[in-house]
Amino acid sequence: MADKSYADIAYDGLWGNNVTFVQILGLCPTLAVTNSLINGLGMGLATALVLASSNTLISAVRHVIRPDVRIPVYVLVIASLVTIIDLMMNAYLPALHKSLGIFIPLIVVNCTVIGRAESFASKNSVGRSFVDGLTMGIGFTLALTLLGGMRELIGSGTLFAHSEMLFGAGAKDFTLTVFHHYQGLLLAILPPGAFLGLGLLIALKHFIDAKVATRRAATEEPAGDEAAAAG
Amino acid sequence: MLVKKMMLSATLLGLFAMVGTGLVAITYDNAKGRIAQNQQESLQQSLRALVPAKRYDNDFSHDHILVHDRPLLGTSDPVIVYRARKAGKPVAVVIESVAPDGYGGPIVLLVGINYDGTIAGVRVVSEQETPGLGTNIEPDRTHWIFSFDGRSLHNPQLDKWKVKKDGGIFDQFTGATITPRAVVNAVRNTLLYYQQHRDALFAAKIPEKNAVKHEDAKHGG
Repeated sequence: MADKSYADIAYDGLWGNNVTFVQILGLCPTLAVTNSLINGLGMGLATALVLASSNTLISAVRHVIRPDVRIPVYVLVIASLVTIIDLMMNAYLPALHKSLGIFIPLIVVNCTVIGRAESFASKNSVGRSFVDGLTMGIGFTLALTLLGGMRELIGSGTLFAHSEMLFGAGAKDFTLTVFHHYQGLLLAILPPGAFLGLGLLIALKHFIDAKVATRRAATEEPAGDEAAAAG
Repeated sequence: MLVKKMMLSATLLGLFAMVGTGLVAITYDNAKGRIAQNQQESLQQSLRALVPAKRYDNDFSHDHILVHDRPLLGTSDPVIVYRARKAGKPVAVVIESVAPDGYGGPIVLLVGINYDGTIAGVRVVSEQETPGLGTNIEPDRTHWIFSFDGRSLHNPQLDKWKVKKDGGIFDQFTGATITPRAVVNAVRNTLLYYQQHRDALFAAKIPEKNAVKHEDAKHGG
């Protein structure tokens, strides 16, 4: 198998093999914390940071690790990274850390992280692994932000509420009240809303992919990956 | 041969464990001061919201004792009581009591009580109530929690310390009675506790090991 180009890696991470919409991995944080846009964004960024660094580190030591202890080594690397990020968030983003609660330490058991370590970083160069981890993480972040934004908009009628948790006190006024005097559809904020929202987003992705495929077949023109990603 | 291979793998694993633990330890060492400071700041902020800084001159957040009273304070765990004083005279207490019968579990409250027994303010520390219904007790959602300000055991009379649905004077929310009822009961019980123990609360010495909030920072690592 020839090495994938960087563009292909990025396309797969962001769209083609998106963690949430295609691999459907890491559902526990996806469903649990996405009751607001900022929560989704914060969780996504923390996971992306872990993914990019764990992929890079594991790729760097891939020739040293003996195959029989590789999984324990991955777990060690990932657990150390997550603990470090958990401590840093507790120190520098205390409000967000409190709001995301137990889900930050639980990034350790997010199957996406060990999945990328085993299926990509253990076989590819440091640069490639970094790009894979980063784009997979950004893809995950986009999915969580989208789902969080959707649930917040329907459930509370606002967007970007509590931005100060992520961006500091200066961001207190970022909250967009989209619907004034809106009672809110409680279902969207409660856990069933997460399942329904995720289902709708996955359906939307399939719909877009199908549209792109038919258009490509109709024009007989091999469109680039970028066009598909933008579609 | 096999033993040699096993030794190599074990050494490798041990090495990774050491490096990983070392990095975590260094990060912890750098972050712990900041984390303790954050907790302290957030505590002081909530205390100041109940008893404004100009009303006291002692080290309010450190002048605390632990008390037990399961029936009135709602938990069998020790409850923290912060004491505000000015020029040595008692000003107010803030009691971290619990409403044990919230809809989604216990609701932890900070109840600020002035020396004369009137309420300085009530805030929610943590709750797991239904979003959009029970969470209306949070001050950033409705003003309900401020309806306690200035009340005491004589205002209203004890038998009116209930939600309106139960014949009292406090509003409930449409579709959510259990949460406000739990909070009203907890605040009333806290007032009763204060009434029975007021002088003892202010007189009690700070215990020797008065480091509940800082234990993690001091003894971890």
